[in-house]
Amino acid sequence: MTFWDWVVRLLQEYWPTFLWGAGTTLLMAVVGTIIGFLIGLLVAIVRTIPVSKSDPLLKRGVLKVLRGIFMVYIEVFRSTPMMVQAMVIYYGVFASLSSDYVLWVGMFVISINTGAYMSEIVRGGVISIDPGQTEGAQSIGMTHWQTMVHVVLPQAIRNILPSVGNEFVVNIKDSSVLSVITVSEVFFAMRMAAGAYVRFFEASVIACVIYFVMTFTVTRILRYIERRMDGPENYVIHGSQTVPAAELTVRQDLEGGEK
Amino acid sequence: MAETTARERVFDIHHLEKKFGENTVLRDINFTADKGEVVCIIGASGSGKSTLLRCINLLTEPTSGEILYHGRNIQDGSVPLSKYRAKVGMVFQQFNLFNNMTVLQNCVIGQMKVLKKNRADAEKSAKDFLERVGMLQYQEAKPKQLSGGQKQRVAIARALAMEPEVLLFDEPTSALDPEMVGEVLRVMRGLATTGLTMLVVTHEMAFARDVSHRVCFMENGVIAEDDTPEVIFTNPKNERTRAFLSRVLGN
Ligand SMILES: Nc1ncnc2c1ncn2[C@@H]1O[C@H](COP(=O)(O)OP(=O)(O)OP(=O)(O)O)[C@@H](O)[C@H]1O
Ligand SMILES: [Mg+2]
Repeated sequence: MTFWDWVVRLLQEYWPTFLWGAGTTLLMAVVGTIIGFLIGLLVAIVRTIPVSKSDPLLKRGVLKVLRGIFMVYIEVFRSTPMMVQAMVIYYGVFASLSSDYVLWVGMFVISINTGAYMSEIVRGGVISIDPGQTEGAQSIGMTHWQTMVHVVLPQAIRNILPSVGNEFVVNIKDSSVLSVITVSEVFFAMRMAAGAYVRFFEASVIACVIYFVMTFTVTRILRYIERRMDGPENYVIHGSQTVPAAELTVRQDLEGGEK
Repeated sequence: MAETTARERVFDIHHLEKKFGENTVLRDINFTADKGEVVCIIGASGSGKSTLLRCINLLTEPTSGEILYHGRNIQDGSVPLSKYRAKVGMVFQQFNLFNNMTVLQNCVIGQMKVLKKNRADAEKSAKDFLERVGMLQYQEAKPKQLSGGQKQRVAIARALAMEPEVLLFDEPTSALDPEMVGEVLRVMRGLATTGLTMLVVTHEMAFARDVSHRVCFMENGVIAEDDTPEVIFTNPKNERTRAFLSRVLGN
């Protein structure tokens, strides 16, 4: 049989396994990226809470402890491979659970792993926003939380969107290591299909194509979202004095294009 | 200037000191401001003018001394920081508008989040203030689409929309092209007659001379002279005030 014959044969017999695998991979990447992103936001907000000497001791103490925990968390999860993290967490913590739960364990692992990277990405995004805007918000009495939610994070998120998208793509691919705890994602499906006839080349080509289609689609969607977030480049002047009834659209030529 | 009516004291600052590490930027500042007073603060670059304003609304934490606002120490927790800052607004040299919001949203957000007004009321008063500074027709623009002078007028409207009792201005015209300075100063002159208490750090000597009730000359972290504009500009008692003025006025 030729290469193509084998591909067709494997697809015919294993397409539900591949499909299921693709769904699982996508689910883990989506959940991991979203929850990881939320973890990143939260960590960034807490890490940037300003403290002053006049704050109560308790607040300062709690913040100090939290920051210490975050630092350890980020360092540990960025300095060890996700595959090993998955094994430690699965066999160390969840081994007593029935294997029905591996998907949940997989999502848990990928989420906290992504959270560690996202914390650093969000922090970079927050730092990139001119502190003047934070002071502007403080000067009208906005709290740290309000300042972050309404002023800093919307801009920081726009700036880090490419990195977040990158994490998403990485998650689609790196979720393959979760097959080590028997999560039935694409890589797991591939090994099943390959093992049946010992056709590793054909099976891995199929897996490649599936991964490529998923990452390519996701990348396009993220580009689209980025463009949407930039908003209109024009604004309308209402009731201008020079053009009485006018709605005059002023083009903004000075700062066209991307940031 | 002999005031006939007893004024209400807004700020009473005693022995204020600010150090950045080893560097003492403010030393023993004693300063008062009454309700409705317009006080200009002048002085050479690096003399601590910005630091003083930033200490007053606690963007910078004083090292020692006390700042009394209506007799209450703003640092002892008796005045909630958020409420205090809503009452004591600030206009910055670099405008510091929220770049992710339109002009209107810039003036609405604080009213809704800090003053807890509903959107309709907040927008109505935001529009009133934008009208006052001549920026109503730009309500849909984003800050990056405006000129410096326009940005600063929006920043003033944003501060006014909180209906503050005091506004602190830190060189509001220093980052502007010369032809835009006038439009901002015009707005500020208008405000000076409304009973708003204003502390203005400025290099615009004509503004200080014509508009303020009092002028403070700062040097090396102290207020070296504090008097009426007539005295400061025509007959300063302090030799260094004289030297500074002749330097900046060029005679
Ligand atoms: N965050 C800071 N850390 C360390 N030093 C600072 C800080 N902010 C200000 N300084 C120092 O404090 C001194 C006074 O600064 P300040 O900005 O108050 O001066 P200024 O009178 O406003 O000057 P200018 O007219 O140039 O604005 C300067 O020597 C400055 O270097
Ligand atoms: Mg300054």
